[in-house]
Order: sequence, then C-alpha cells, then structure tokens
Amino acid sequence: MPTLVSHPDEVKVISRRFGAGAADIDKYVELDGYKAVQNAIENGPEWIINEMKASGLRGRGGAGFPTGMKWSFVPKVSEKPKYVLVNGDESEPGTCKDHVIFLHDPHSVIEGTMIAGLAIGAKTGFIYLRGEYRYLLKIVEKAVADAYAKGYLGKNIFGKEGVDFDIITQSGAGAYEVGEESALMESLEGKRGVPRIKPPFPAVVGLYGGPTVINNAETIASAPHILLMGGEKYAKLGSERNGGTRLFGISGHVERPGVYELPMGYNLHDAIYKVAGGVKDGKQLKAVVPGGSSCPVLRPDELNVGLDFDQMGKAGTMLGSGGIVVLDESVSIVEFALRTIRFYQHESCGWCIPCREGTDWLKKTMTRFHAGGGTKKDIDNMQYLAENMMGRTFCPLGDAAAMPMLGFYKKFRAEFEEYLEGKRVENPLIQITPVGQPALAGAH
Amino acid sequence: MAAVTNSIFTPAYAERFDKLATIYPMKRSALVPMLLYAQDDLGYVSDEAIAEISVRLDLLELDVRGVLSYYSMLRTKPAGKYNVQVCTNISCMLRGGFELLDHCKKELGIGHKEVTEDGLFSLEEVECIGACCWAPAVQVNYDFHDNLTPTKMTQILTDYREGRGKDVK
Repeated sequence: MPTLVSHPDEVKVISRRFGAGAADIDKYVELDGYKAVQNAIENGPEWIINEMKASGLRGRGGAGFPTGMKWSFVPKVSEKPKYVLVNGDESEPGTCKDHVIFLHDPHSVIEGTMIAGLAIGAKTGFIYLRGEYRYLLKIVEKAVADAYAKGYLGKNIFGKEGVDFDIITQSGAGAYEVGEESALMESLEGKRGVPRIKPPFPAVVGLYGGPTVINNAETIASAPHILLMGGEKYAKLGSERNGGTRLFGISGHVERPGVYELPMGYNLHDAIYKVAGGVKDGKQLKAVVPGGSSCPVLRPDELNVGLDFDQMGKAGTMLGSGGIVVLDESVSIVEFALRTIRFYQHESCGWCIPCREGTDWLKKTMTRFHAGGGTKKDIDNMQYLAENMMGRTFCPLGDAAAMPMLGFYKKFRAEFEEYLEGKRVENPLIQITPVGQPALAGAH
Repeated sequence: MAAVTNSIFTPAYAERFDKLATIYPMKRSALVPMLLYAQDDLGYVSDEAIAEISVRLDLLELDVRGVLSYYSMLRTKPAGKYNVQVCTNISCMLRGGFELLDHCKKELGIGHKEVTEDGLFSLEEVECIGACCWAPAVQVNYDFHDNLTPTKMTQILTDYREGRGKDVK
C-alpha cells in the first residue's frame, strides 16, 4: 500500500482528506463532500465556468491547458449527447499522483465529474482507470455505487427535479497511448487505442461523436475544492497564470520519496532538498527529470526554478504530470536514456510512422551504443532522428519520446562521448542485451 | 443482443457480461473491460472466449482479435496462477528494479513471459505500473507490493506459494 508522506511546506487542498478514510461516503460528506456540487446545481453552469476560469487551474495531466476555458469550448446546444470523460490512465513513468487520489479520495473525482457535467450540460460521465489499477477501480466502483444509493447520482440528484447524472466506470487493459485524450475515446468505444486526427477537437466531436470534456483525474478532483473555496482564493495559492496547488510525486534517489501537494511555482530545488529530504545516502545529485519521463532533463545547476507551466517552459523543460525523478551521481545517463527510449518504443502505438520508426531506430541505436558498439556519429544521428520526430506525429507520444532524448544528448553529450571511450559507472543497472535480441517485445 | 445460453464463463462473470453489454451508449464500449474480465476468469483470452465475446457484442471475431492484440495486459496463452510483474521503468530502475527482476528470475527459474513448470508462477518485466514513489514495485496479478528488496520479494513469493497471498480480481 502506498505510504502517505507530509511536509510543513505542503498546502493541503486536494490532499486534505488523504488518510482520513474519505473513501467512505459518510466520512466524505462529513468532510464537506458533495457540498460543491450542490452549490453548482444552485448557481448554474455560467457560475461554475467563471469560478474555474478565475481559479487559473491548468490541466494536471501534463499539457497545462486552462480547464475553465476547455469547459467553455463545449457548444451549449448539441444534437448529440455530451459527455465528461475522466482520464485515470496514469502511465507516464515517474507519475503516481492519481493512484493516491483514487485510493484516498475517490468521491472527489466523482463530485468533480458531476460538476464538469453540470458546467457543460452533460448527463453522463465516464471514469476510465488503467487496467493495472484494478484494486483502485474496485474502490471507485464502490464509491459510485454508494453515491447512487444515497441519491447523489442517477435521476433527480439531491432531490432536484430534472437534474440527472450517471457515472460509468471503465477499465483499460494496458496501453500508455490510451492516456492521450483521443486514443482514450477510441479505447472507450471498444477499439484499438490509437489517436484521432485533430481537429475536430473532442469539445466539438468527441465520444460517440458528441461534445466531450476530457480531464485528468487530478484536474477533475480539484474542481470541488475550487468551488468550495472560490476560484480567486484558489488562484492566489499558486503563481502567476498558474493557479492553486498540485500533487508532485518525487521519486528516485531521494530520502523521502512520496506524493506531496505543493503550491504551483514552488521552487524545484527546495522540493528536492527540503520536502523530499535531499539526495539519498548523502550522494551528489547528477540530474533531475522534472515532470515525468517525457520532460527534458535538468542539470543540478538548473534547479532554481519555480514548479509551474510557464517557468518550467522558460527553463527549457516542462512541468508535465508532476513526477519528479531524481538521479544521483552513480547513474549512467546512457543507461537512463536507453531505459527511457525502451519505454517509448514499447508504447508507441504504431499509428503513424515518425513515432513508430523513430522510437524503434532510437532504441536500436541506443541498445547498440549501450552494448559498446557505438560511434561518435551515432550521437549526432540519434539527435537528428529525435529532432525529426518532433511535431510530426498525430499525438504527442512522438514528442514525448524525442524531447527527453534530445535533453540527454544536448546536456550530457560529454558522458555519451566518454562512454564511447570505454568509461563506465561503477554499478551498471542494465545488463547488456546482445544485439539481435529484442528487449521487452510487446503487442504495441 | 444475441442471446448466449451456455456461456463458457463462470456464472458470476456471465452475469457481469450481460450487464456490461447494456450500460454503454454503444455496446462495443464494453469490449476492453470484457476482455480483461474474461482473462481474469479463464486465465487468458481463449479462442472460445473471443467467439463468445464477439457474439455478445455483435462484432466480428476479427474485430475482437484486433483489439485484443493491442493491449499489453491481454494474453492469448495461459500465464501462471500468480503472474509476477516487475516494473523496471525509470523510478524503479533507480531503486533496484532490475536487481529485483534478476532475483525473481533466479528464485523462479524462469525468464520474461515464461511460466514455471508447476504453473504456479509466471514472470513479466513490465513498464511503469504507477507506483513510482514507492519504488521498486511489483504487481502479482492485481496486487501491489512496494518498497521491495530481494529479501522481501523472496518472502512474498513464499507467501504466494503457500497460499497466503492476496488474489485480487
């Protein structure tokens, strides 16, 4: 079971019910649960969207799109039914925040889904969890059943005539790609999880062809808290243009790994050294991957930066999904890069060529390089390959694979060159795969 | 829905599938969870399961197979009773994921995607399972084990071997 951690610098908004037994509906109601959705019914969609816009909440899945704006894009009148879809297909390496939300506060996701539904005029919401989260799916299913039993879901919710809302829980079956919104819809329609071409955007043509709002589970779970405390007050917790707080999962070589809730704009250096207790066993820091494995790596001298979408963008990386991975001096960047590209090669869905071929060639080249059969030209070639993947794919998976690789080649080039000369770390983590043997052959 | 009279699934699952096919705006939406539940029931997705699911959802078998081949949790061959899935992705790798995988290989005497002779265990090296902050982590079937060491892993395998392990479905 995931252990809960805490630190005095935390600002507990979304995590305030963690560890309080809020998976139980009565406990949740006691802790101000299902109040926000009743306010939302009273005040109407325009009020909800205005509060969400005022809150400055930006998509916690990684793209950082303003949530209030996203909700306002949905056409008011639609021939087809509208839907809310919650993306709980958390699969980005380094990210485990939604895991904690589903475990400790599943009702906040349900309530957030209802609020999003009221805002856009949808009658049905879907909560999609990755297949590996079966035990969490059971918790969410029970929470949904309890909410139905209390009359909070179904017809005439909270005794309000004509206000109906249904929630359907759904399980995936193992595919990173399905975390991309259009692939998520494909998967939910019972197809292979490959992305759709955009436009049309989901807000106009989404699930079953109806207008659909798709939000990350953490984004959705923030909505009830925002309506309770007021959008402006929530915005003030964060930094400029980045409202509120978010969950950061700090993992890798730190003393106190865990999921912490920090205000947006909190200093990355402090997050590692103060909140997570610094580098494990008093070793030196080598690098930090700041927002899940697709974010370009940062060197130790680049850590004085605020954790929000804009500041991280200026620093040449991304805030992503808030999964901070810390590497100490003992790690070989070559190995780390190989493991990263192995993942993306395995998870590329094969729908479009730049990503399917690009990740495959990067992996092949990296595998050969790692096995000691690399040349100086390989580094340039791999960089050239990655640069050519950027922005040329249907969905961001191609970019997600190319960006970290480019980061490694540019910032740690010297280490790749030393590797060519035969320099190795003391304790290599990855065994050398003889060329010709595919590592981790998978379905996609 | 085409009526399925003599289902190959156990009654509890058959009943669940009857309901699954009715809750979505489009019946086909039930396909991915249905395949996973079918695997939970039978241990893998057999040809008979594919045939029945295609009848239940009014699809071609080809459609079902096309979807089945995409998702990495779905398999068309039996795994062990306890499928040990070791994460070796970045956060776990940094805290000993590969060491754990090697340890499991030695303990069980099998490699990636292989099954022990007694059919009790199978081993898989998997991508991130969403337990990065509690790394290294392993999933046995659907049950999470985190903050592991080789010693702890041996104990877990022993527990499963002796029938004390959780079997979440």
